[in-house]
Amino acid sequence: MSESLIINLSVAILFLPLLGFTVVVLLGKRFPKLYLFEVGIISIAFILSLIVMFAKLSYYPNNIVAQFTWITMGSAPSAGSFNIDLGISIDNITVMMLFVVNLISLLVHLFSIEYMHGDKRYTRYFSYLGIFTFSMLGIVLTNNLLMMYIFWELVGLSSYLLIGFWFEKKSAADASKKAFIVNRIGDIGMFIGILILFANYQTFTFDAIYAQIEAGNMPFGDSAWLTAAGILIFLGAVGKSAQFPLHVWLPDAMEGPTPVSALIHAATMVAAGVYLVTRIFVMLTADAMLTIAVVGAFTSFVAATIALTQNDIKKVLAYSTVSQLGYMVMSLGVGAYAFAFFHLVTHAFFKACMFLGSGSVIHAMHHEQDIRNMGGLKKKMPITYYTFLISTLAISGVPLTSGFLSKDGILAGTLAFGKLTGHWLIPLMAFTVAGMTAFYMFRLVLLTFHGEPRDHHKYDHAHESPKLMVAPLVILAALSVFIWYTPNPIAADSGWVLSSWIKTPTQVVPNETRFDFMKPDAAFETNSGQHAESHGTITHSTLYTETMHWAHYKAMFASLAVAGLGILLAFAFYFWKKLNADKLAEKIKPLYNFSLNKWYLDEVYDATAVNGTLNSGKGFSWFDQKIVDGAVNGSAYVTRVVSKISGWFDTYVVDGFVNFTALLSGFVGLLFRKLQTGKVQTYVAFVVFAVIVLLLLFKPF
Amino acid sequence: MIGFPILSLITFLPVLGMILILFIPKEQPKTVKYLSLAITGVQVVLAIILLANYNYNLAGVFEEKSFQFIEKFTWINITGLTWLGTVKIDYFLGIDGISMPMVLLTAIISFIACISSWTITKSVKGYFALFLLLDTGMMGVFVALDFFLFYIFWEIMLLPMYFLIGIWGGPRKEYAAIKFFIYTLFGSIFILLVMIGLYFSTTETLADGSKILTFNMLAMMNPANSTADGILSILNPNNLRFIAYIALFAGFAIKIPMFPFHTWLPDAHVEAPTPISVILAGVLLKMGTYGILRFNYPIFPEITRDLMWWIGMFGMVNIIYGALVALAQKDFKKLIAYSSVSHMGYVLLGMASLTTTGINGAIFQMFNHGTITAMLFLIVGVIYDRAHTRGLYDFGGLASQMPVYTGFVTVAFFAAIGLPGMSGFISEALVFVGAFGVETTRVLAIISTLGILLGAGYMLWTFQRIFFGPLNEKWAAMTDVDKRELSMLIPLSVIIIFLGVYPSGVLDIMNTSVNTLVNLVVNGL
Repeated sequence: MSESLIINLSVAILFLPLLGFTVVVLLGKRFPKLYLFEVGIISIAFILSLIVMFAKLSYYPNNIVAQFTWITMGSAPSAGSFNIDLGISIDNITVMMLFVVNLISLLVHLFSIEYMHGDKRYTRYFSYLGIFTFSMLGIVLTNNLLMMYIFWELVGLSSYLLIGFWFEKKSAADASKKAFIVNRIGDIGMFIGILILFANYQTFTFDAIYAQIEAGNMPFGDSAWLTAAGILIFLGAVGKSAQFPLHVWLPDAMEGPTPVSALIHAATMVAAGVYLVTRIFVMLTADAMLTIAVVGAFTSFVAATIALTQNDIKKVLAYSTVSQLGYMVMSLGVGAYAFAFFHLVTHAFFKACMFLGSGSVIHAMHHEQDIRNMGGLKKKMPITYYTFLISTLAISGVPLTSGFLSKDGILAGTLAFGKLTGHWLIPLMAFTVAGMTAFYMFRLVLLTFHGEPRDHHKYDHAHESPKLMVAPLVILAALSVFIWYTPNPIAADSGWVLSSWIKTPTQVVPNETRFDFMKPDAAFETNSGQHAESHGTITHSTLYTETMHWAHYKAMFASLAVAGLGILLAFAFYFWKKLNADKLAEKIKPLYNFSLNKWYLDEVYDATAVNGTLNSGKGFSWFDQKIVDGAVNGSAYVTRVVSKISGWFDTYVVDGFVNFTALLSGFVGLLFRKLQTGKVQTYVAFVVFAVIVLLLLFKPF
Repeated sequence: MIGFPILSLITFLPVLGMILILFIPKEQPKTVKYLSLAITGVQVVLAIILLANYNYNLAGVFEEKSFQFIEKFTWINITGLTWLGTVKIDYFLGIDGISMPMVLLTAIISFIACISSWTITKSVKGYFALFLLLDTGMMGVFVALDFFLFYIFWEIMLLPMYFLIGIWGGPRKEYAAIKFFIYTLFGSIFILLVMIGLYFSTTETLADGSKILTFNMLAMMNPANSTADGILSILNPNNLRFIAYIALFAGFAIKIPMFPFHTWLPDAHVEAPTPISVILAGVLLKMGTYGILRFNYPIFPEITRDLMWWIGMFGMVNIIYGALVALAQKDFKKLIAYSSVSHMGYVLLGMASLTTTGINGAIFQMFNHGTITAMLFLIVGVIYDRAHTRGLYDFGGLASQMPVYTGFVTVAFFAAIGLPGMSGFISEALVFVGAFGVETTRVLAIISTLGILLGAGYMLWTFQRIFFGPLNEKWAAMTDVDKRELSMLIPLSVIIIFLGVYPSGVLDIMNTSVNTLVNLVVNGL
């Protein structure tokens, strides 16, 4: 398989879903069976991405890049011109993402065939899935920031359309609008960050920008601007990957159909932010990385505390998604690049499994989502239950699961980071979150599937979902087991994913702006091949390798301890009923309410930003009407008054003068009329008289 | 080159049509409509011929020989006025990369507005006669290269517009028409004064070597043509040039409309019939920014350089102020009108950057705003025709009632929001890239990005109020868009998406000229 074939296949993978969207959206009304076309298209894209992934991973260690010039433009006042290029870059991470996105997209398509059955906009739904997949693949394949931004906005559009798919419901319409606008806040930051880089380097292409930074070319001559650019671009991820304080849109986004939540708001789109940070990882300075780590850690903590008390099955999963995304972001911030991406992949599978599982439950319970009305579903829906359980074990970090491998790596990374930089708060938060995660996930499982059914009517009608719905669950649950990633269930680094597929890139920022542990040392340079052998390429320097080694077992035992504690507590509360959750909630009411009401963030935003903007809109509108337009109408009024005055002046003074003159001349005329007698003798007398007067006056003699 | 005077034809064809219409009996409104449609259709064909024969490498801007499709002959020639010398005014037409996109836009929008005028029933003959006269005025503004001629076209536009709003408009049509007329005329006076001032400061060398005063705008751009003692001569060190710049700018700014001169716009839009709103937003507003680029920039480059920040500042105010006021509107059409104020702010911001990127973005934004906002006003027209109301709170749930219509609204709204894949994104992005790249306008650009956010706010909120939620039963009988409406919405959507994917289609036309213009302004001739 040649490079150009890989490129062509990747381009085909990108545009197939767009074809699906266009055909289905235009013709879907006339041919309702066209949704099958969309499903077929995604199947083809999935098979192609499988081929591309294996070809790339096996035969091409280097990036494959293809680009073309989109816009050429002069650059006056300085001479010359510049190009804006678009293109794709295919590296290991890209092909793995292609696989993940297409696989989950395909499974969600299949699941939706049954789940959405009977919806009045059935084909429309599938076309939206198509445009989403297209936009997401664009993000995955891009080799430049501009295309990243373009597809970034397009996934925003598809997310908007799908969250608001049932737009007759006000809550769905509100949620879609909120998602788009909150995301735009992050996007503006990202846009300004991109502008900083473009203003300095005249290119959007990642590699070209990094080459310039590596050459010591700082934006506006100062590395502080590089930090700023990194943080600003990261703001895009804060929006899309639902990081604090912009995470508020994601739980509301659960208004969309549940398969959509699985695809977009759990597995793929929300991970785009993490993917973006992996793309800009090499240009992050220590300050930017610390910011990212803190934001990620705090996000995962906030979301976990909220997830503890939620009662809507999808809300619990939504907050758990936010929390896990925070984990990935934090992981990138602390330098554990490979584990962040690894967790992205494993999380995509087990979280998609959980969301589809919740869809299966909701489907069976006739759109009941409150876990307080569920219970005992294990017997009715065994496949849903066991797949859900496997993914719950994975997210809780129980050994033999994929989640254990990736989470453990992240925790070790935070611990190493604490030791290396002294920021111990980050590992502390990370371990606390690990415990809480295990607790709230088992709370969810126990309340939903175990115990006595609490709503007998709905329980009696519940049944296992059809094959087309459970098959995706089984596939995703299977992918949540360790064996796909490493032969050794407790050491992720010895597996192929970490040792040869994910390659940690080398930073390009100047040495003095890096963390100490990210400065490659002499020993590391010479022995890097050997280190790569034993610890994968998850490392930056000898110091870092050693510290990771130090942290590995400590982190593993600690994480097992907190996860075990969390699971134990969940059993104590909801299975053995040794402890009473309601009484505890009563005892710590303020804390409980704080968590239940999501830290009151929505209320705070409504009171400040939302109302502030709406009121200033009203204020400016008033200003516009009364003051600005008032001035216009006022000057018109003044003109009219002046014209009235001058009219009066004209009538009585100017015209008065004229009339007076007329009167006067009339009077004079009256006088002189007497002279016009018509008698020739009189005239002759006048002439003679006049001649005499003239003669006297001029004295000609 | 083409063998016939194509620019004269494209400009005066509508007047010809107008004369023909006057001979059509009143009882045949259909004939009048089809004749107008044919005329505007031929105009589109002519515009396409122009584009096909347009040489992308010629700059124009200040140099007569690199303008294209030139028509030039003496129009008014009065000799022997002893104290004035010879008064000679040329009929001088030609286009370059700055006017070519505008000519294209004018042709397209006029054609679409003509289709939109099909619903006019009140004195059809008069309406279409005035409509075609307006068309000539607009086209003339963009092709004239003689200031005097430009001014005549500029003023010709006012009269039909006044009647089109004043007779065929809504309940407060008289107020809106007079406000529009007087406001624009007020601006025209400034332009007239500066024009006369420039006339007395610029000479042109005739074939026999003698120098005479001239209205030739290209001559005005070259300092070598300045008279030593001319009132606005660059050689004449006084503040008058600065005052003239401001006056000229204000005259054009009213048309843009720039804050605080914008309040005629919402009134004119709300009262004007749909096709006139389409023309107003689609073409007329562009004349303001076109005028600034054509006159202020190349004739007064040294003042333009000094005022960069101020132009950008007004752009920023337009963007944010317009968006905030739009947020508070309860009338669909008024909201779109204020969104125009906001979107024209991007044009000013891009122009202020004095870079090719920024000004390319600005002119491209003029073009895109023309097509996108035209579509938005057509969209308002569609529901107004059916419901006879435009209140944002009077609707709800139309998405399930009118799915095709909603599809087009989605395209137009997201184009207005600046979604990638649509033309508006490219122009806004270029404006920001240009303005951010220059230190003077950098902070302004950063603040202006708020406009992107607010734009999403008012547009999506509007979308939700009209199309989402349960269907308001009052409109259960509302029909989806018909074929005639589709014939307007489809071409505009296609243009918007095509230019979003292939922006070079328009950018390449203007690139050389804009590069030359920026060099002229920044580095001098």
